Amino acid sequence: MSGANVSPKGRNNKEMTTRRDFLKSSGYLVVSLGAAPLLAEPQRGAPQAATPGTGLYPDPDFRQLDSWIVIREDNTATFYVGKTDCGQGTGTAFRQMMADELDMPYDKTACIMGTTNTTVDQGGSGGSDAIQTDGWPMRRVAAEARRVLLGLAATRLSVPADQLTVTDGVVAVKGDATKRVTYGELIGGRKFNVALTGNNIDATTGQARVKNVQDLKIVGKSLDRYDIPPKVDGSLNWAVDVKLPGMCHARNVRPPFAGAKLVSIDEASVRNLPGFVKVVSNGNYVAVVFEREEQAVRAVRQLKVNWEKPATAPFPSSEDLFKYMRSATPTSSPRPTVVGDPDAALASASKVIEAEYEVPFQGHTAIGPAHATADPSNGQMTIYTNDMKSYGMRTGVAQFLEIPRDRVRVVWMEGPQAYGRTAADDAGFEAAYLAKEVGRPVRLQWMRDEETAWDTKGPAFTFKLRGGLDAQGNLVAFDYSGRALDYNHLGYNEPDTVLIAQLMGRRRANPAPGGSAAPNEMYAIANRRTSQDVVGLPMIWETPLRTGNLRDPNGPQVTFASESFIDELAAAAKVDPVQFRMKMLTASTTDDNGFKRARSIASVKAAAETFGWDTRPSPKPVGNGNILTGRGIAYTYRSQTVAAIIAEVEVNRRTGHVWVKRLVCAHDCGLVINPEGVRRTVEGGMLHSLSRALHEEVKFDTEKVTSIDWNSHPSLTHLDTPARIDVVIVNGDPNPNRPDLPHYGAGETVCKPLLAAVGNAIYDATGVRLRRVPFRDDRVLAALRAAKVV
Amino acid sequence: MSNVTLKVNGQNHTVDIDPSTPLLYILRNDLALRGPRFGCGLGQCGACTVIINGVATRSCMTATSSVKSEITTLEGLAKNGRLHPLQQAWIDEQVPQCGFCQNGQIMTAKAMLDRNPNPTDQQIREGMARTLCRCMTYYRIQAAIKRAAKAIAGIGSGSSKEVTA
Repeated sequence: MSGANVSPKGRNNKEMTTRRDFLKSSGYLVVSLGAAPLLAEPQRGAPQAATPGTGLYPDPDFRQLDSWIVIREDNTATFYVGKTDCGQGTGTAFRQMMADELDMPYDKTACIMGTTNTTVDQGGSGGSDAIQTDGWPMRRVAAEARRVLLGLAATRLSVPADQLTVTDGVVAVKGDATKRVTYGELIGGRKFNVALTGNNIDATTGQARVKNVQDLKIVGKSLDRYDIPPKVDGSLNWAVDVKLPGMCHARNVRPPFAGAKLVSIDEASVRNLPGFVKVVSNGNYVAVVFEREEQAVRAVRQLKVNWEKPATAPFPSSEDLFKYMRSATPTSSPRPTVVGDPDAALASASKVIEAEYEVPFQGHTAIGPAHATADPSNGQMTIYTNDMKSYGMRTGVAQFLEIPRDRVRVVWMEGPQAYGRTAADDAGFEAAYLAKEVGRPVRLQWMRDEETAWDTKGPAFTFKLRGGLDAQGNLVAFDYSGRALDYNHLGYNEPDTVLIAQLMGRRRANPAPGGSAAPNEMYAIANRRTSQDVVGLPMIWETPLRTGNLRDPNGPQVTFASESFIDELAAAAKVDPVQFRMKMLTASTTDDNGFKRARSIASVKAAAETFGWDTRPSPKPVGNGNILTGRGIAYTYRSQTVAAIIAEVEVNRRTGHVWVKRLVCAHDCGLVINPEGVRRTVEGGMLHSLSRALHEEVKFDTEKVTSIDWNSHPSLTHLDTPARIDVVIVNGDPNPNRPDLPHYGAGETVCKPLLAAVGNAIYDATGVRLRRVPFRDDRVLAALRAAKVV
Repeated sequence: MSNVTLKVNGQNHTVDIDPSTPLLYILRNDLALRGPRFGCGLGQCGACTVIINGVATRSCMTATSSVKSEITTLEGLAKNGRLHPLQQAWIDEQVPQCGFCQNGQIMTAKAMLDRNPNPTDQQIREGMARTLCRCMTYYRIQAAIKRAAKAIAGIGSGSSKEVTA
C-alpha cells in the first residue's frame, strides 16, 4: 500500500486531540498511559483519587472537581462529561451551561465526551436525559469551580471574595479594575484538588449554588454547534475513520436463516485470496479477517459455509405477524390498572366505540452500518466506537472477553446515529473478540444487508381500544389494551445478550422480560382500564428479529393508537378534535408536578393558533378533486416535556399517496439551553417519526428478514419533506417566561404524537381511518377504495 | 495488484491496488480521506458520493480502474482557505444532526447547482431524492441549498466566512 499522507485540517483538533490519550495514543502510544503526560497539559484528577482511580484505565472519580474541569494557563477550560452526542448538539449545550456557571466565554471552552477513562460515567446517551438530568451535576461542578477560583483570587488579590467580580474568566476587584487576575493565572496547569460530594453521579455537588436562571447569559442563546464545521468540511475524525498501525479488516458472515446451525466451513475457499489473515468461528459466529477492507468484503461472498436450518420456523411471516400476536400466549400479563368502573360506564354509555390498531416491527436502520475498531496491544483492549453507551460497553466487553475491567477502555467518537441501536452495540464486542483472536488491531464494519436485517427493532404492537361517550358527547370510559412483541428485549450492552454472545452460545438463562406500554393519563376520564402484555416469538435467540430501544421506546406505537382513538371518539361525538382534547385537559385534576397539565393546555393552544386551526368536527366533506386535504392534531408528553403536533396532509385519491405538507409543533421542554438547537432536534424527531408513519416496516418470511436495503426497507426522502415546519417553543406557562422552570429533554417527545397527527389528518381529509402504519400508497389506496372514496 | 494513479482534489496519487476495488475504499483507506463514507455499498443512499466530471458519483459502486478524470471529494470543495458556499450554508442553517450522510448531501447538491444554479423547490427535491438522511434533516438541507444558490449568484464562488484552522 502506498497511501498518501493526507492530513485534513482537523478543525475539531482544538477540542479533541489535545487530550494526551486521544487518538494519538492508539497503538503504540497506549502504553504511555499512566506515565508522564505526552503533551504539556495538566494531569487529570483521577489518577490520584482514592478508590476508583486505579489500574491502567482508572474510572475518573466524579467526586473530584479535576475529573470534570481543567483550566489551562491560557485561560481556556475543557469540560469532561460522561455523555455522548447522538447528533442533537448536546455537547454545545453542555458547554453553554458550564461556561455560564463558570463565567467563562463560550469560545474559550471545549467539551470532551464519553471516553471511559477520561470522563466520568454519566451513562452515555439514553432517555433524552442529557440536559434534564446530567446537566445538573455539570452546572453544579462548574459553579463550584467558580467558587474555588474566587477563593484563590481573594488570596491573590488580598480582598474578601465578596468584593470580587468575574467576567469572562477574569476576576477583578469591584471598583478597581486594575486589580485583576485570570482563571488561567490562578489555576492553569495545576489541579483544583477539591473534593465534591453526592451519593451518586447525578447528585454530584460542591458547596456553591448554581445561578438563578435570570443570571444566566450563555444559556438561552442559539450558539452555533461546534461540531458542525468539521462535519461539513470533511475534517472530523469519525469512529469509521480510525486507523491503527498493523490494523486489519473484518466482516461478519451471518447465518442465512434465523437459528441456523453451523455445520462446516471450507476455509480453503478463501485462504488463497490476497490479504488473508484468518477465518474466525465460534459456535455459529463466523467472521473473515483480511489485510484490506475490500478483500474482507470479497471473502464474505466467496467463503463456503454449510448451515443447517432449524427444525421449526423461527417466526411467522410478516404478513401473519398480527394474527400470530393476537393468538400468542403472553409471556407477561400484569394485572390491569383500573380507575372507576369502566365496565359499568361502558354498559351505560350512549355510544361505545371500539377499534384495533397495529404497528409492525420498525428498524433502526442507521445510515452507516455498525462498526468499531479494537486495539488489543500490550495486554489491554481499547475500542474506538460510536456506541452511545460507551461505559456499558467497557464493562460488557471486559466480562465477555474475561479481561480485567481496568484494562479495557472505550473511546467514544462520532458516528451515524440510529437512536437506540448502539445501546446494544454488537460491533464493539465483535471487533474486540476478533482483535483478541488475531492479536492485531481489527476494524470491523457490518454490510448494509446485515445492518438492515440484523439490527435491533422497535417492538411490534397490537392494540384494542374501547371508549364510551355519554349523551353529551363526553368521554366517560376508556379501555386500553396494548400488546407488545418484546420478549428478550436488548439494550444495555450485556455480554450475554449481544449478537456475538448469542451466536457463540454464551447467552443468559433468562431473557429480559420485555415490556409493553400505556398512554399518558392527562385527560380527565372518570373510568379507565389499562392492560398491557408482552408476547414473544417462537425463536427468541439467534434471530434477526431482536427488539431494542428505538427512539422513545414504545411511545410512537402507543401514542399512534391512543391519540388516533381519541380522534375517533371526537368524531363520534361530532366535536372538534382540539376542543375535545381541551375539554378533557381543562377538566383534569390530576397531580400537576412540573405544571405539566397547564403546559399541555398552553401547548395545544399554541399549536392550534400557530397553525390557524379551523374549529369543526372531522372529517370535513370529501372534496371533488384528486387531492384531498385535511389537518389532524395529536398531543402527549414524555417525562416533563410536552409536545402538541398538527399535521396538514394532501392525499391523492387516485394513487393513495400521502404528503404531509405542513407540520406545526408546540413544544415545552422547560428552560431552553439553545433555542435553534431545540428547533432542529424537534424537526428531526418529527420527520424521523414521519418516516415511521409513511414508510417503515420490517418484512420477513418464515426463515429470514427480507428487508435488507433501502428498497426493501424504505425511508423518508427529500420528496416527502414538508413545505413548511413551524416549531413554537412554549416555555413556562402558566407564568409566562417563568424563570426557574428546569431544563427538560427534547430528543424524543415529538416522536410520540406525530404518527397519530398524520393519521388524524388523513381521516379529516378522506373520512377513512387508518389503524395501521406505515401509510404506504398501496395501503392507503386500498382503504380509500374500500370506503368508496375513490 | 497494480499501480493506479488517481487525481484527487488537485493532487496525483499512485496506489498499488486491485483495480476492480470500489473507489470508496481507496479514497478512505489509501488516501485517508474522511468525506466519502460507506453507507450501503449499493448506490442507494449517497453517503459515498464524490464528483467526477461534474457528475455526483457513488464511489461505493465505481471500480477504481474505471476512473479516468479528476475526483473531487468533500475535502476538495474549499478553495484558498474559504469554504464553498454550500458548506457555509450548511453551517449557517445548522443543517446536520449526526452528520454522517452530509457528505452525500453536499456533494449531490454541488453537482446539482453546478448544472442548474437556480433550481426550483421541486427541482431540489427531485435532484436530492436519492440521497438519504436518517436524522431526517431534509428540511434544513433544502433551505441550505437555496441559501447557497443565492450566495453563489450574489458573490460568485466565495464565502462570507474564512475557514479557521
